[in-house]
Amino acid sequence: MTVDLIIAALMTVVGLTTPILLAGLGELVTEKAGVLNLGVEGMMLMGAISGFAVTVFTFNPWLGVLGAAFGGAASSMLFAVLVLQLNSNQVATGLALTIFGTGLSSLIGLSFVGRIVPPFTSPFPAALSRHPYWEVIFGYSPIVYFAVLMVPLTAWFLHRTRAGLILRAVGENDHSAHSIGYSVVGVRYAAIAFGGAMAGIGGAYFSMVITPMWAEKMTAGRGWIALALVVFAGWRTGRLLAGAYFFGILMALELYAKAAGFSFMPSQFWAAMPYLMTVVALTIISARGTQGANAPACLGKPFLPST
Amino acid sequence: MANVSRRALMKGVGAAATLSMIAQMAKAEGKVKVGFIFLGPIGDYGWTWAHNKGREAIDAALGDKVETVYVENVAEDASAIPLIRDLANQGCKLIFTCSYGYMDQTIQVASEFPDVKFEHCTGFKRADNVSTYNSKFHEGRAVLGTIAGKMSKSGVLGYLGSYKVPEVVLGVNAFCLAAQKQNPDAKVKLVMIDSWFDPPKEAAATDTLINLGCDVVTTHTDSPAALQILEQKGLYGFGQGADMSSFAPNAHLTAIEDIWGPYYVQRAQAIVDSTWKSEDTWDGMKEGTVVISPYNKAVPADVAALADAVQAGWKDGTYDIFKGPIYDQDGNLKVKEGETMTLADLAVIDWFVKGVESAA
Repeated sequence: MTVDLIIAALMTVVGLTTPILLAGLGELVTEKAGVLNLGVEGMMLMGAISGFAVTVFTFNPWLGVLGAAFGGAASSMLFAVLVLQLNSNQVATGLALTIFGTGLSSLIGLSFVGRIVPPFTSPFPAALSRHPYWEVIFGYSPIVYFAVLMVPLTAWFLHRTRAGLILRAVGENDHSAHSIGYSVVGVRYAAIAFGGAMAGIGGAYFSMVITPMWAEKMTAGRGWIALALVVFAGWRTGRLLAGAYFFGILMALELYAKAAGFSFMPSQFWAAMPYLMTVVALTIISARGTQGANAPACLGKPFLPST
Repeated sequence: MANVSRRALMKGVGAAATLSMIAQMAKAEGKVKVGFIFLGPIGDYGWTWAHNKGREAIDAALGDKVETVYVENVAEDASAIPLIRDLANQGCKLIFTCSYGYMDQTIQVASEFPDVKFEHCTGFKRADNVSTYNSKFHEGRAVLGTIAGKMSKSGVLGYLGSYKVPEVVLGVNAFCLAAQKQNPDAKVKLVMIDSWFDPPKEAAATDTLINLGCDVVTTHTDSPAALQILEQKGLYGFGQGADMSSFAPNAHLTAIEDIWGPYYVQRAQAIVDSTWKSEDTWDGMKEGTVVISPYNKAVPADVAALADAVQAGWKDGTYDIFKGPIYDQDGNLKVKEGETMTLADLAVIDWFVKGVESAA
């Protein structure tokens, strides 16, 4: 084990972690407002194609990221209208959003198949970003730094600001929040849009950074891992960051174990690990009897004001 | 009164149903319907993309007599059964199931529809109405191995695999043996990602292989993800299924192109002429099913000449990579000096040659 290999492995882990961290953070905020959006996979794909398309047309990856955020948020608004305005079932509508996002992104992407853009790489000078050691800190796409920065920002917003308090109130007790004059529906619209934008940027990490191309279904199920991650983290931002890196390390371990010739576990076991760990985490949480304190009380319930 | 009208209604429905059946049969007689079950999206620019080109070749050649339909993104599990059945119920007379993992599903549905003909790609189970067809991708892999053995500085080659099925095992072995002919110490590190199409995982696995010392990586998965990683790192790789040079102009040394069109047209024509018979077809470079893309300018002339010689040898039958002596991973002699593996042996191969490092 040389230092080079450890650095290279760490960078693989960061690459695997960033998209699920972004999508997970967005979903955490959405769920904190009491809305369960299972459409993460669809929103990621919409973000991936939007970011790629904007980059193709503008040659500007920064605009591409904005486009990805917009694409993810726009598709989430469809979900928002259905569950907030028409009070449709959140689980069914979220699943529908995944199917819709997969299909629409494929349709939009038809004319982008076979095209490439330059990868959205490190903003730092090559002396740092290509340095054999310092690249472990400076060698990433701006999206990676954005993802890491968003963790304390989200925590600060949720727990230190008035707006965050209102958002949590809406998620814990929508009727009380409503009765003292807060717009439950308005807050939830904003939370869903944030979730969509973050999932969109997470998706763009695939189409603009890792493999700067468009391919149908290129997120290959990462949206579901992001959903599992939120539950695994017990709706806490700090734990979400740790959990995302834990999942990333698990995914990398699978590949390194295989490439190095170890076969002590069947590969299907590795692939199932994130979900298995989520079940374990849920079991531990409920055994400690604090689940009620963690999961937002109104999660997944439609808001039907009596007055 | 109500009774009468209900009876009349039933009669009417019955007549309408019969009429529409007759209409459908007439339509079916006019044009033969050919169905395709595809593994990935047709936009994968690899395996399924190549099969879809073959389908389009039928449309182009026999468009006045044959109509084609397809289902994409079909999983290789029990969920394929109702989809294959659905194509048969839609009136398809010939159904191509285009991946190894549809083998038992194809056989099952074929037993339910004895009048429908089936063609299963890369499998080995046949029936009176089920043919199998395959392409000798390993011939192409030997060309890639020849180039990789010459181009690699470290002598450590990477192989990004999907599943341990005969087609992939053959590819790994041919690649490794051909590389060892150029560099006897060449080793192949193999990672199976348990998917044919998962760009993020293909990218991460390529990263991993590079980090563990591979400087040339070939892919047996269907997206150009690995090539893009290699391009970013200034290393070399190969395209799979189609010329992928547009994704990695510098890293893409060449590619194995799958050309299914001629076979698909021939089989559809056999349905039109009612001459279709259950067969096992395994074509390769000689028949034009396996084609090597133009070499990148990074390939030196002497290496290109070696690769050309391998291609020419496959075509005139003077070259075979599975000529003994061949040892397996543990050093056991599997093919004796002077012997060559038969096609029947190749079709069910499940062991890797010496020099392949893998977990499986």
